[in-house]
Amino acid sequence: MGEQFISRGFVGRARETDSERKDRVPPGQYETTEFPVLSAGPTPNISLDRWDFSIYGEIAEDLKWNWNEFRELPREKVQADIHCVTKWSKLDTVWKGVSVETLLQAVDLDSQPDVRFLVAFCDGGYTTNLPIVDVRNGKAWIVDEYNGRPLAPEHGGPVRLLVPHLYFWKSAKWVRGFKLVKDDRSGFWETAGYHNYGDPWKEQRYAGD
Amino acid sequence: MAKQLKWQLGTVVEIRQETPIVKSLVLDLPDWTTHQAGQHVDVRLTAEDGYQAQRSYSISSSPEDGHVSITVEAVANGEVSPYLTEVLSVGDQLELRGPIGGYFVWSAAASNDNTPLLLVAGGSGIAPLMAMLRHRAASATMVPTRLIYSSRGFDEIIFRDELERLSMADRSLEIFHTLTRQQPDGWAGYSRRIDREMLSEIVWSPEKKPLAYACGPTALVESVATHLQNLGYEPGNIKTERFGPTGV
Amino acid sequence: MIDDRSLRLDGNAAGGLLNEVFPFEMTAAEVVCAGCSTTKLIAELMLYGHGMGSVLRCPGCDTAVLRITHIRESYRLDLSGVTSLQIFERAS
Repeated sequence: MGEQFISRGFVGRARETDSERKDRVPPGQYETTEFPVLSAGPTPNISLDRWDFSIYGEIAEDLKWNWNEFRELPREKVQADIHCVTKWSKLDTVWKGVSVETLLQAVDLDSQPDVRFLVAFCDGGYTTNLPIVDVRNGKAWIVDEYNGRPLAPEHGGPVRLLVPHLYFWKSAKWVRGFKLVKDDRSGFWETAGYHNYGDPWKEQRYAGD
Repeated sequence: MAKQLKWQLGTVVEIRQETPIVKSLVLDLPDWTTHQAGQHVDVRLTAEDGYQAQRSYSISSSPEDGHVSITVEAVANGEVSPYLTEVLSVGDQLELRGPIGGYFVWSAAASNDNTPLLLVAGGSGIAPLMAMLRHRAASATMVPTRLIYSSRGFDEIIFRDELERLSMADRSLEIFHTLTRQQPDGWAGYSRRIDREMLSEIVWSPEKKPLAYACGPTALVESVATHLQNLGYEPGNIKTERFGPTGV
Repeated sequence: MIDDRSLRLDGNAAGGLLNEVFPFEMTAAEVVCAGCSTTKLIAELMLYGHGMGSVLRCPGCDTAVLRITHIRESYRLDLSGVTSLQIFERAS
């Protein structure tokens, strides 16, 4: 096997992080000030009067909020660092939305302790899976604003999931609901070789990490 | 025939400045066999720390040319094109694999004079179509051909002089330019984005069962393909190659 | 707002990657889409080169026809959007 040819003078995108912020950037990541748009499919186009968010599955009762009902829920501002498995991290991103905890309060999870996982499903067919504990207690939100403006379609608008403590593919764009289940079920990228959980601080990028 | 492409090294033997932001890189590739007009190569750059970036570029040279050339537009904030247009020098090596493509290809041998050719290009999308036109000239075929080429301005027309020479020398080749942002004084060509009306004035009538190739920014290619279908072109006779966002 | 079309290429740009898996010229291969049962050339599919992997979608019905990731020296192909795939030994 020959050695890899090195392109004289090629450096690529800036991949060094300012030393002051290094402790906020997980291993193998670099900081960016841009907000790259990565897409696995066309941007869905859903009108707000047809939008709704559902929680259903192996639980006693299905729940659903339409847009107006969603907008009336308690909202909070979130400032978070986000980390994409393609190695860029963006610090201090600002969002606004509803804590997933608020939504799950309407589900009696205590009486169904074996329902421990969720599959987030989205317009366009994307799915991702999470343990329910990872979206409770202030760890996740359903957001409809980024940087003080309505969330743009290319970034997941009208509403996306935000789970900053995991790689950003878990923060599903165009989210329309959760299916709550007893058995974990891998989603779109998890079945394609990516890690089932995705903790950036443990560099859990790929299955087997 | 099974064929797995291998990465190969080429040496830059010439760099041609085509427009202020576009360069053609002429390469000597010892392991190259041949290619068809319309095919592309994948170029791979590797940094010393192992980081790699890869992009596809259409081959702009004809199969008859002794060298392989690619034509690269420098994209602001790009990762690969600034290296290719600002750092890479004559004598440097470039890693690539190819030729790739079995759909967006045209060969004179497979063509006939009763099937006119329509080529539509936006910006750097001219690259694979230029390979076709150069191959067409080298093959001395008279297949009736019309090129519609959209550029931002006169100085942005890639291969401008060579295109003029080709059409002056060959009455069966007609070229229609449109300049979308700026036109020089006395400009008599089109001065807007390609639209259905422009196409209806230029393109071969669908009864002639023309073969169309459209290449350039995704939005331009898709809109041209839609217009051509609405003008009666068979979808199977419209071949498209998307280059992504404008300027990429 | 970003024009959605700027986020996609077509199957022409997947030719190199597919050749890593199938030693043929793949842009001219034909697939029958499991979503709408129409036949398309791979070159005609919409390529969403996500960064995490490549997703080739049917231009008619947006079904993810082919999904490919290349991770740690293994290729994973999800072919659930393909009813059948025809590969030509020689491009015409």
